[in-house]
Parts: sequence; C-alpha cells; structure tokens
Amino acid sequence: MSERNTEPKPEPGIRLTEQQRRARRARSIAIAISLGVLAVLFYIVTLVKGPGVLERPL
Amino acid sequence: MSVTLSRAEPSIAGVGDYIELMKPRVMSLVVFTALVGLVLAPVHMHPVMAFTALLCIAVGAGAAGALNMWYDADIDARMARTAARPIPAGRLARGEALAFGLTLAGFSVVVLGLLVNIFAALLLALTIACYVGAYTIWLKRWTPQNIVIGGAAGALPPVIGWAAATGSVAIEPLVLFLIVFLWTPPHFWALSLYRADDYARAGVPMLPVVAGATETRRQILRYTLVLAPVGVAPWLLGYAGALYGIAAMLAGGAMIALAIRVRGEARGYTASKQMFGFSILYLFLLFAMLLVDRMAGGLFAPPWSHFPAGA
Repeated sequence: MSERNTEPKPEPGIRLTEQQRRARRARSIAIAISLGVLAVLFYIVTLVKGPGVLERPL
Repeated sequence: MSVTLSRAEPSIAGVGDYIELMKPRVMSLVVFTALVGLVLAPVHMHPVMAFTALLCIAVGAGAAGALNMWYDADIDARMARTAARPIPAGRLARGEALAFGLTLAGFSVVVLGLLVNIFAALLLALTIACYVGAYTIWLKRWTPQNIVIGGAAGALPPVIGWAAATGSVAIEPLVLFLIVFLWTPPHFWALSLYRADDYARAGVPMLPVVAGATETRRQILRYTLVLAPVGVAPWLLGYAGALYGIAAMLAGGAMIALAIRVRGEARGYTASKQMFGFSILYLFLLFAMLLVDRMAGGLFAPPWSHFPAGA
C-alpha cells in the first residue's frame, strides 16, 4: 500500500522576495497617485474651461 | 546597440529610482525657464492652465531624461559622474527605463495638446525628439559639436511656455531660446574640461577629448563673448526693464571675466569649476530678473519698450 505525500507543493511561478514585494507595492501606489492626479486635473480643467473644454486652439 | 527589454528577475526599482531617472535638477531648470516664457507672454493664462502646462513640460523633460539614461546606460557605467545612476548601478533594467520614458513622453504631449493647445504640444514633442533622437542617439557619440546642436532641445522650454499661453511664437521667446542655446556650450565645456578623462574613457567625443583643452578654453571664451550681449538683448529690445539690463550686464561681465580666467589657466581646473558653477547662477539670475521685472511691470523700461499697456 503506497503512502500519500501530504507535503504542500510549492506554488508555480515567480516568488517575490520581501524587497521585490515592497518595491512593487511602492510603484503601484505611485502609479495610482499619478492616475488620480491626472483624473483630478482633467476634472478641474473641465470646470475652468466650461463649455469651451472641447475647443483646442492650435 | 542591444537593448534588454525584459529580464527574469522581478524589478527591485523603487519610486526614488524612477524619480532619479527623470533628472530632477535638469527638470527644475526646464520648468523655471518655461515659467518665465509663460509669464512674459502678453496673454493672461488661468493659473490652473498655467500649472497644467508646466506640469506637462516637467513630465516631458523627465521623459527625455529617462530615455537619455536608457540609451546612454553603457556610457554612464564607464563614467564616475554617472556610474551611480539607477541603470548602471543595477537597480533598474533598461527596458523599464525605456517603457517609463515612452509612457511619460506620450502622456505629457497628449495631455498638453488636449488641455492647453496643440502647438505647445508639438513643440514639446519636438523638444523630446531633439534631446533623445538628435542629441542622445545621434550627435553625442559622433561629433564634438554634440552639445552645441543638442543644446537647442534644452533651449526650447521658454518657447513652449510662451506657446502654451499664446498658441504662437514671437521674437521674445526666441531671444530666450538664443540665451539658453548660447549658454549651453560654455556651461558644458567648462564641466567637460575637468571631466575629460571620464568622457575619453566612455568614448564620448567631447571637445576637450577631441580638440584638446586649449581649444576648448578658446571656444568657451568665444561663446561667452557672444552670450553676454545676447543676455542683455531682452532689455535692448524693450521687453525688459533697465533693472534686468543692469543685472544682465553685470552677470555677463562676470561670465566674460571667468571665461578669460579659464582661457588663461595653464594648470588645474579651478577657473573651469568656478565657471561651471557660476554659469548655472548666471542663467538662473537672468531668468529670475525677467520674472521680477515682469512682476514689477518693466521697471525703467526703455522708451522703445514693447510692453503692452497695463502689463
């Protein structure tokens, strides 16, 4: 009778080190902030320009 | 030149490395000169629009810096001054810098075009293309005139600032362009004099490496002799007051005096280092005085002043 192997198998793929995990988190936060700033910028410029927002002079 | 677009190891690059990639010190000078171009324009710009334009110009400058570090990583690794930059130091892969630079370049140009005006966006795209394509990729490794022609990219921000406000170009921003354009060679050649070994090791044909220190010192003096009167031109042309004119004459005189000292320096690089340091102050002073002068409404402007009424 064969005995079943109960040891958990390692997950496939790349395992990040603690340093890599921290760096990725910091980058993700920076990207989120940048996109947020961009969205707010578009919102405020729309308020400032009003209906003229679609007029883009050369 | 081979470019590594990916690597097996996940990135350890932090936010600080990406900020360093954008060359914050160069960026600050770009933003400042663009601000002066924007403020000098005879058109009132809403503060939000002015902020948007400057933000896009800053991000565009950062993109150019990142793309420069992407392409020049091999040179940077061989030079003491640049060996600690994120790519040669191994903190950031070249592919990451390329992707970052292209993304920033695209965003800055498109957002400037959408929110401010298309002409300013085209000028920003031209500046990035000029710095990366003409200077970094083509001229830097090919000719000792690299920074003379490539200097045009660094001189364009005041023109972009003016274009952001007016949607056009006039003589005023073109004079500012000329000041930065003529300032670039003596500024960088003063640096390259005492970094000549670094450039030679990296195989960059800077003037001291190709033509020698004596010729470089002579060229620094020649350019400075042209720069100093051009620095006074905004006053002579009547769109800056005498306060600016006096400051530009005094600072230009100091630049010429330093260039003469550099020319006569037989050994050592004390005068070159002083020239490099003072040249930064010179450009800052000229543009700061233009701002002050504008805020004060063109103090003691000459009778042939072009200042618009009420400005």
